Amino acid sequence: MSNDTRIPLQPVWDQPDTSRIPFKVYTDEQTHQQELEKLFYRNHWCYVGLEAEIPEPGDFKRTVIGERSVIMVRDNEGMINVVENVCAHRGMRFCRKKHGNAKELVCPYHQWNYDLKGNLQGVPFRRGVKQDGEVKGGMPKDFKPAEHGLTQLRVAQRGGVVFASFDENVEPFEEFIGPQMLHYFDRLFNGRKLKLLGYNKQRIPGNWKLMQENIKDPYHPGLLHTWFVTFGLWRADNRSELKMDEHHRHAAMISTRGQGGKNAQTTNVSSFKEEMKLNDPRFLDVEVEPWWNGPTAVMMTVFPSVILQQQVNSVSTRHIQPNGHDSFDFVWTHFGFEDDTPEMTERRLRQANLFGPAGFVSADDGEVIEFSQEGFEQKPFHRSLAELGGREIEETDHMVSETLIRGMYEYWRKQMEV
Amino acid sequence: MNSTTMNMEIYLQLTQFYQDYAAAVDAADWDSWIEMFADDCTYRIQSRENHERNLPMAALSLDGKGMLKDRIYGITETIFHDPYMQNHVIAAPRILGLSPDLIEAQANYAVFRTKNDGIAQVFNVGRYIDRIRQTADGLRIESRICVFDNDMILNSLIYPI
Ligand code: FES
Ligand SMILES: [Fe+2]
Repeated sequence: MSNDTRIPLQPVWDQPDTSRIPFKVYTDEQTHQQELEKLFYRNHWCYVGLEAEIPEPGDFKRTVIGERSVIMVRDNEGMINVVENVCAHRGMRFCRKKHGNAKELVCPYHQWNYDLKGNLQGVPFRRGVKQDGEVKGGMPKDFKPAEHGLTQLRVAQRGGVVFASFDENVEPFEEFIGPQMLHYFDRLFNGRKLKLLGYNKQRIPGNWKLMQENIKDPYHPGLLHTWFVTFGLWRADNRSELKMDEHHRHAAMISTRGQGGKNAQTTNVSSFKEEMKLNDPRFLDVEVEPWWNGPTAVMMTVFPSVILQQQVNSVSTRHIQPNGHDSFDFVWTHFGFEDDTPEMTERRLRQANLFGPAGFVSADDGEVIEFSQEGFEQKPFHRSLAELGGREIEETDHMVSETLIRGMYEYWRKQMEV
Repeated sequence: MNSTTMNMEIYLQLTQFYQDYAAAVDAADWDSWIEMFADDCTYRIQSRENHERNLPMAALSLDGKGMLKDRIYGITETIFHDPYMQNHVIAAPRILGLSPDLIEAQANYAVFRTKNDGIAQVFNVGRYIDRIRQTADGLRIESRICVFDNDMILNSLIYPI
């Protein structure tokens, strides 16, 4: 019997580096609960949406941070607030609409109503009822509405993107992102108003971290996504870089499509067919935009909650919404910019066929995550291997490395204290 | 639709056409599927949320037979996915407009997905919003928008619905 098949008493990190990742980090419900607490509710800024989703006073959108339902709402002064969707009275998750416009937030159960900042404004029968000239019931005299508002989160906005945190003491957003990653954040969100194009949503039966890993894994695109390779979008000799923030929690995969001639090195995927041509080239009708400043694709992972995508002309946010240790909802918000021509909007929409739950180069990501989870569940005492490019954590100028995954788990171990 | 203008023969023809469509996608007979469309067709799979909010994003948005062919190439040759069978239950069509060469119609649908080793799951439920051309070669889809009610796609959507 080999070591691999023996069930260890303690499935733990048994080496100092993170080139081996215990399957248990994906299968253990208790670990998941701790992650929600330590990674989503404390210490981190989580994505909630785009300002463009709630342009007018009173506009709101219901979303989640980790597994807690929150409402992003624009108040009468035009400020964006994020409040928890749990009534201060008896705890009902009262907001049921996904989006809308409201003058106030009202819990239907007993009609407690809150202003658009989450402050409690009114409590029916607060002063009781008059019966036979006597006041009966009502709230105690010392009831202070100011103490019973909705949980108000801290909010950070930058470039039209809204993040929020349950943690009063979370570091400033810019520090959270860090200067290296802020550069790429600002490249995409450079102050132009965003234009909402719509959503794609999928429920992926796998641990949420697998999606972060997927976008920190430049090893797979040229191998799993045969479509990329078939139609010449992925080449192993594309100029590329892997970068991280100083904590190694956030990362960017930056690549620049080469013009490469026929003889340039492609990947050695057996299904590569050099002669394949699209019947309709509009799927890949790429127009270089000035703000790219070079890179044709930058995939940025902001830990733990969101992925910011630029793949040629297709730009989107991908929000990770866990539900249990073995499932998460993945919500894509596609957008464009206010100065887009109708042709550019058309192009962004057309290229969106590559992404999302039906996408030519994304549908397979959801599938492999599902089957990875299956592997973990059947062998929870085992571990995965992430030592492509070595066991160290370092930025690279090539794609043949799993360094970003190792970086993320180094950070994860520190946060989780394991 | 006024009953005096309802044409029984067209209604039966359309009903048969919808069932032929279901049979083609359920059998993964993609050549037949493509042939049911006009050359300058539109085919979209869009969430009800996007549809009702007039947001143009769709899970899949294809224009012209070339794109349909590229999609079929993608799902048969490039996209890695769990194999599955489809079973479409398409309700009786509801004709909303009729002219000598165009039928505007809608029909509810339910698509069940069955994976290898699995049991049938309700995969996608929605409504076809169609413009169907009457041509010399029979009916052809000018535009089909599959508006689905599901808030979430169950992981991935590979085959046309
Ligand atoms: S639970 Fe919300 S008003 Fe009573
Ligand atoms: Fe991928």
